[in-house]
Amino acid sequence: MFTDATFRELERSFEIIAREYPACTLRAVASESRDVRLRRNVLEPVANDYSRGATITVFEDGGAGYASTSDLGLSGLRQAAREAEIRARLSAARKLFDASRLPPVTARDEIDRRPAGGLPGIRDCVDLARQASEGIRAAAVARNAADRIVDWTASIEMLESGSIFMSSDGARIRQWYAYVSPGLSVSAHDGRHTQQRSLGGGSHARQGGLDQVDEIGFRQRGEVLVEEALALLSAPECPEGEMDLLLMPSQMALQVHESIGHPLELDRILGDERNYAGESFVTKDMFGTYRYGSEHLNVCFEPAREHEIASFAYDDDGTPARRQDLIREGILVGAIGSASSRLRAGIPAAASARASNWNRPPIDRMGNINVLPGDCPLPELIACVERGVLMDTNRSWSIDHRRNKFQFGCELGRRIEDGELREVVRNPGYRGLSASFWRSLAKVGDETTQSVHGTLYCGKGEPNQLIHVGHVAPACVFRGVEVFGGR
Amino acid sequence: MRESFDYITRSLDRLPNAGEHVLIGFRGESSDFVRFNGTKIRQIGHVRQASARVTLIRDQRQASAGFDLSGDPEQDRARLGFLTDRLRDELKLLPADPFVHYATEPVDTERVDAVNLPDVRDAVTGITRAFDRADMTGIWASGDICAGFANSLGQKNWHSIGNFNFDFSVHAGDDSVKRSLSGQAFDPDALAAESDVALQSLAMFAQPARRLRPGTYRAYLAPAAVAEIIRLLSWNGFGLQNLESRSSPLVRMVTGDQRLDSRVSLIEDNRRGFAPQFTDHGFIKPPEIALIENGGHAGCLVGARSAREFGVAVNAGEESPRSLRMAPGALPDRDVLRALDTGIYVSNLWYCNFSERNDCRITGMTRFACGWVENGALCGPIEPMRFDDSLYRLLGDRLVDLTDQTTLFLDADTYACRSMASVRVPGVLVGGISLKL
Repeated sequence: MFTDATFRELERSFEIIAREYPACTLRAVASESRDVRLRRNVLEPVANDYSRGATITVFEDGGAGYASTSDLGLSGLRQAAREAEIRARLSAARKLFDASRLPPVTARDEIDRRPAGGLPGIRDCVDLARQASEGIRAAAVARNAADRIVDWTASIEMLESGSIFMSSDGARIRQWYAYVSPGLSVSAHDGRHTQQRSLGGGSHARQGGLDQVDEIGFRQRGEVLVEEALALLSAPECPEGEMDLLLMPSQMALQVHESIGHPLELDRILGDERNYAGESFVTKDMFGTYRYGSEHLNVCFEPAREHEIASFAYDDDGTPARRQDLIREGILVGAIGSASSRLRAGIPAAASARASNWNRPPIDRMGNINVLPGDCPLPELIACVERGVLMDTNRSWSIDHRRNKFQFGCELGRRIEDGELREVVRNPGYRGLSASFWRSLAKVGDETTQSVHGTLYCGKGEPNQLIHVGHVAPACVFRGVEVFGGR
Repeated sequence: MRESFDYITRSLDRLPNAGEHVLIGFRGESSDFVRFNGTKIRQIGHVRQASARVTLIRDQRQASAGFDLSGDPEQDRARLGFLTDRLRDELKLLPADPFVHYATEPVDTERVDAVNLPDVRDAVTGITRAFDRADMTGIWASGDICAGFANSLGQKNWHSIGNFNFDFSVHAGDDSVKRSLSGQAFDPDALAAESDVALQSLAMFAQPARRLRPGTYRAYLAPAAVAEIIRLLSWNGFGLQNLESRSSPLVRMVTGDQRLDSRVSLIEDNRRGFAPQFTDHGFIKPPEIALIENGGHAGCLVGARSAREFGVAVNAGEESPRSLRMAPGALPDRDVLRALDTGIYVSNLWYCNFSERNDCRITGMTRFACGWVENGALCGPIEPMRFDDSLYRLLGDRLVDLTDQTTLFLDADTYACRSMASVRVPGVLVGGISLKL
């Protein structure tokens, strides 16, 4: 990790470079991570990673170019600045927008949201993962199912990251964050079918330390997962047809991510992602008037929510991140994007330019995109369904390049009839259109139904990058959805 | 890059204490990335990075540490020593690992491909000129990509394969055509030809899109669409651990309950691919591994841990393919539309995922220049459609033919570093694909 001395050295180097390149920024990142994973109670090789490097961006004649290097000495940074300048000139002659119109970035701040004591020790991580893994094995034995529980894993990924953003306009922003991502999975097989249950499909990544792993019940959840995986083996297929759908928070997180978060990214709306991640069915003229969902739908960008994984004080362009409504009572009111996309689109958007590491440039990204809770406890949500299915934990996701036609599958289903939960059903899935799906939102769960979710693996961009994003969502009921099962 | 690999591995003989074994893996790239939108530059940059991963093994225990190299030999060697000491402390806290497995018979290898890559200025000038009247979006990625391995037994392996990959699409309203040009020797004439092909194809699609109803349609899947399916199948499809844990979508093929058409064969072609011939644990991969042969299960990819756990030989690093080749069939490319007769021409698929792994059922979207064909003639574009179907059907009883030519696709992934993976596939004509939405 960067020390104060490293920061000071980087600042001194940047001051020299900024004299040579009057309009430039430097973003340096150092991170330390540790992955611990047990498979079938056997500890896999522990992997530690220590990453550090910087990206320098030079602005010239309205163009911008960057260069990334892991050589943080003055000569390495100067070489990077030279490479960036060559590319800034190339860009100036063929620029998509005039980078000289970007607002100056001048903030000076220091944010430290790490738990005290640094990354937890390896023994603590291994012990915690082992307890969870042992719990799964014991649950399988207790149910005489050791032969049917064919595989299981327990894992903890931890990362601490420190960064400094400096601009020739005077910005000096230091930020530190810590992340943790626990994982559990259980595979059951009966000779013909395999069914898997997991801890939220890997969606429990959060900011913080091992206390967050405990908070979600990591040690004890294995028993329930074993029971559900076994139940799925002998469960009937999910019914097929148009019916109501009760989505639990972990699946809501995926639904929000794919069909609200991504469509509201300005770079998609502006066409930057047309060759790869895709566009959006949302267009610039829709903001302020378009009915995205029913009046029950309220969605906002919440960068300051404690423990949600994509909380940050400043984005990677150095812009302060502030809470912003995206959808208010069903009406689309806000977008998400970088300073350059905001400039090009001419519409207000939550500041969320983010890079996956020091070696990639910031692009328009989701941060924490959250659905605000309503006032229905879970029993009330179930009671309002005459014929439908409850679905939990994503296992399959696919959506078209405009973020409209989607199909999602879940690990676990429960049939609902006449307002009562019935049997477990397997291979539950549903499909629909983003543009109409959210308008069928009939009931929104209260705070007791919501949970904090986050994933480390949102892929996007050219060159493509993986980044962490957060979603807090309550359980929700949707009317008249196309539901299907496995055959 | 080679200098960095040499100086970081030079200290290997001094690094291990008695009873210890040390492995060092190396990855590096010096890459240009130019991102275009509307044939203008959206983002342009250069990334120079090199990293090493040191693995310490002692008393059936192992742990590793990866770190970025600064390029300063003294500083990087000091860091290697510091991290090795830290791993030494860590090993004391770890239980014995029954599946520790690493190469103990040193085999040195070296592959350095000759490349002819343009300077970024020439690339940008050539591209913007070739598309000056088009709405082009995409990415130019170019430069050296390297990998290395060395261990304390004296083994050394080096792999350097520079290449370029121009992955682009041209757009006109709602219509778009995606193409790519990649290789190790850049030819400006080939770029001009790709631009012409893309723009001519786009012109053919310049008419209102047809909306298809859900149903089953005869279809031709062009090589880019087949590559998308094969990449999905590579996700947990061919690894021994996935098969043993019954999580592979091909379990029913392995048990003999399902077969593909006898013309379907898939080979991990290490000889003709671009990925390193060696693994992170120093094993040398065989030249070829048959995965599917004549429609049936033929083999799987076995990494070091699985080899120890299940008592078989190592033949791969990660248990997912890096150099897949699908065998061609008998359908000449020029006869594709005639053979399709009436149905859908699927140029590209997008966002494929398994909808039900037990049945190898996948879903995904049509994207880019997909069209409706009647009596062997292209009638115009179709609106994007979602399919959901089993590969046991599409490449099984519904397979009509495969084209007699295959197309190579370099993986455009750049997540941590530019990918060295590739797939080579033919086009596939199917008697029916199920469209759902």
